[in-house]
Amino acid sequence: MERDARVCVMGEDVGHYGGSYKVTKDLANKYGDLRVLDTPIAENSFTGMAIGAAMTGLRPIVEGMNMGFLLLAFNQISNNCGMLHYTSGGQFTIPVVIRGPGGVGRQLGAEHSQRLESYFQSIPGIQMVACSTPYNAKGLMKAAIRSENPVILFEHVLLYNLKERIPDEEYVLNLEEAEMVRPGEHITILTYSRMRYHVMQAAKTLVNKGYDPEVIDIRSLKPFDLHTIGNSVKKTHRVLIVEECMRTGGIGASLTAAINEYFHDYLDAPVVCLSSQDVPTPYAGTLEEWTVVQPTQIVTAVEQLCR
Amino acid sequence: MSSAFSAINTIQPLHRTIDNPSVSPFLGSTHKLRSFPACNRAPSASSIRRQFSVVAVSDVVKQQKTKSGSSLSNLLITKEEGLELYEDMVLGRSFEDMCAQMYYRGKMFGFVHLYNGQEAVSTGFIKLLTKEDCIVSTYRDHVHALSKGVPARQVMSELFGKTTGCCRGQGGSMHMFSEEYNVLGGFAFIGEGIPVSTGAAFTSKYRREVLKEANSDQVTLAFFGDGTCNNGQFFECLNMAALWKLPIVFVVENNLWAIGMSHLRATSDPEIWKKGPAFGMPGVHIDGMDVLKVREVAKEAVERARRGEGPTLIECETYRFRGHSLADPDELRDPAEKAHYATRDPIAALKKYMIENKLVNEAELKAIDKKIDEVVEDAVEFADASPHPARSQLLENVFADPKGFGIGPDGRYRCEDPKFTEGTAHV
Repeated sequence: MERDARVCVMGEDVGHYGGSYKVTKDLANKYGDLRVLDTPIAENSFTGMAIGAAMTGLRPIVEGMNMGFLLLAFNQISNNCGMLHYTSGGQFTIPVVIRGPGGVGRQLGAEHSQRLESYFQSIPGIQMVACSTPYNAKGLMKAAIRSENPVILFEHVLLYNLKERIPDEEYVLNLEEAEMVRPGEHITILTYSRMRYHVMQAAKTLVNKGYDPEVIDIRSLKPFDLHTIGNSVKKTHRVLIVEECMRTGGIGASLTAAINEYFHDYLDAPVVCLSSQDVPTPYAGTLEEWTVVQPTQIVTAVEQLCR
Repeated sequence: MSSAFSAINTIQPLHRTIDNPSVSPFLGSTHKLRSFPACNRAPSASSIRRQFSVVAVSDVVKQQKTKSGSSLSNLLITKEEGLELYEDMVLGRSFEDMCAQMYYRGKMFGFVHLYNGQEAVSTGFIKLLTKEDCIVSTYRDHVHALSKGVPARQVMSELFGKTTGCCRGQGGSMHMFSEEYNVLGGFAFIGEGIPVSTGAAFTSKYRREVLKEANSDQVTLAFFGDGTCNNGQFFECLNMAALWKLPIVFVVENNLWAIGMSHLRATSDPEIWKKGPAFGMPGVHIDGMDVLKVREVAKEAVERARRGEGPTLIECETYRFRGHSLADPDELRDPAEKAHYATRDPIAALKKYMIENKLVNEAELKAIDKKIDEVVEDAVEFADASPHPARSQLLENVFADPKGFGIGPDGRYRCEDPKFTEGTAHV
């Protein structure tokens, strides 16, 4: 926001409140009420407003207070955000960033625990990235803001409290690249967002048991970084996808299809995909736990794959 | 002086109009209205903002006309303005008529929505704008684009799906865009253009207040119909525009029909202009078949927005002479209703006004008719002769930055693959 005066924020409670997860804390004090705009509760309309502003020269960042609320903005995200550059024959660009906290939290109930990656992934014309660490959150956010394409940045409700030392000097990550978390030889585990932590937890157990998993945080949900993923598959010949998305039509489903299409020859076993259950996230703690993939399930899946 | 409440009592009960649709309940409304008084409250900043009067434009026009006969200085327009308005409306009409012909000859396809009969609204408003002002429309957008200055050739080419169209043939009838003339669409889903127009107005305000561009006073006009006025996005944007005093004018083209749904069957209170004061902006109802009346009110509303005083809601009572689209058999509308509005053809009305007031003679108008015929013919010839898009165009413009297609298995960005420029790559 300091570098480019056209960058502005729009969303509910982003201004005076500092954002429901304090992502925009103090920005309104620094940049004023128009640059950090507290909107009324009208997701479809203020997302559309951001799109109109982007078409006329601004670079807005739209915050969905919870990603789930962006379901109300689906009309604008699908029709206008994704398609306007094409239907206008390239005349108008839509450099918006749409971001917000999503995913399964701690007993937040079904509607506040949604994983919208799968719903948005088919929209032509948008890019989707998911951050998972303070380091890549900053780098991806900057990249998304500077991109001329509309980008949806998925944050996770349970990851806001992570602490990490990050560089003082400016850095911008690549929106289309995946992140190598732990190189290995035996199996490729592809994951993103919060499940990265479940995978790394499982990885500790697996290493103790003598396995050497390669963990890749795919980060770019659309498009997939086929280079990083492909190199890994060519090395390990086994793929496990661990995601929080639902099983049906999810990111994992698309990733499985892409891997089978491009790297079929290199696979020694079918791609295994561990996703959340296709259920509305239950409120009860125990049920919620069984909805998402847990580290023990990951360990079991790796053991089976590597047999 | 009637208060808002007594004004409601003078309006004919609406049930009657369902049986007799040719009698509109608000023809020639001449009452002055005030927004609801802020009762039991000390005047706060917001209630002071709401104390404006809403005037039906027929009052303004009647006052001006009865002043002193028809001396030229009291006319609403000069000869040059009159000719400009006439030419623009004739262009709109001839263009749309040609579209119908071309459609039935198999040159354009899909859903084509023609504007015949509504020309006074487009001409009355858009001819007041500068090139930097923005307009946003719906699928009935050909004439809005033409009024804003997009060349007829580009619009016709777009309709034919050729590369020389304003959107390279990728948008079509319902998606007219022009960066040069600030036409921000062309939207197929009604209501979805209104937030976009609100955003364009937001940019204008942002430019002035944040970027400190003192000359930034671009106004945005949002055009949409009666059906849209029951849609959430309409109300949400009225709220935001009034809240932040955005430089926008909401223009309702109430032609009484949303495909086959009569406005009266769809709307609890069909007087759309009343919805403006509910959100804190003036609401005006005007005769949308009279370009001079439209222009008078439009002038006020656009100036108001430019001064930074905020939005206005203007309901134009108008009518489409053709069906909803070229695919619409148009069986539900009463022939008597159509006949009634045919007598109020805006082009005929302006012609009559100018001739009776001796602004122009028949020959000058005929010369314009002929000129427009040639423009439209030329547009068709140009479109016909233009090339269809090649396959290589398929994947262009999906992303402004084609890196968005991602990194391929070989480590290179997929957009560097020659199959992308050929349009044969699979994304």
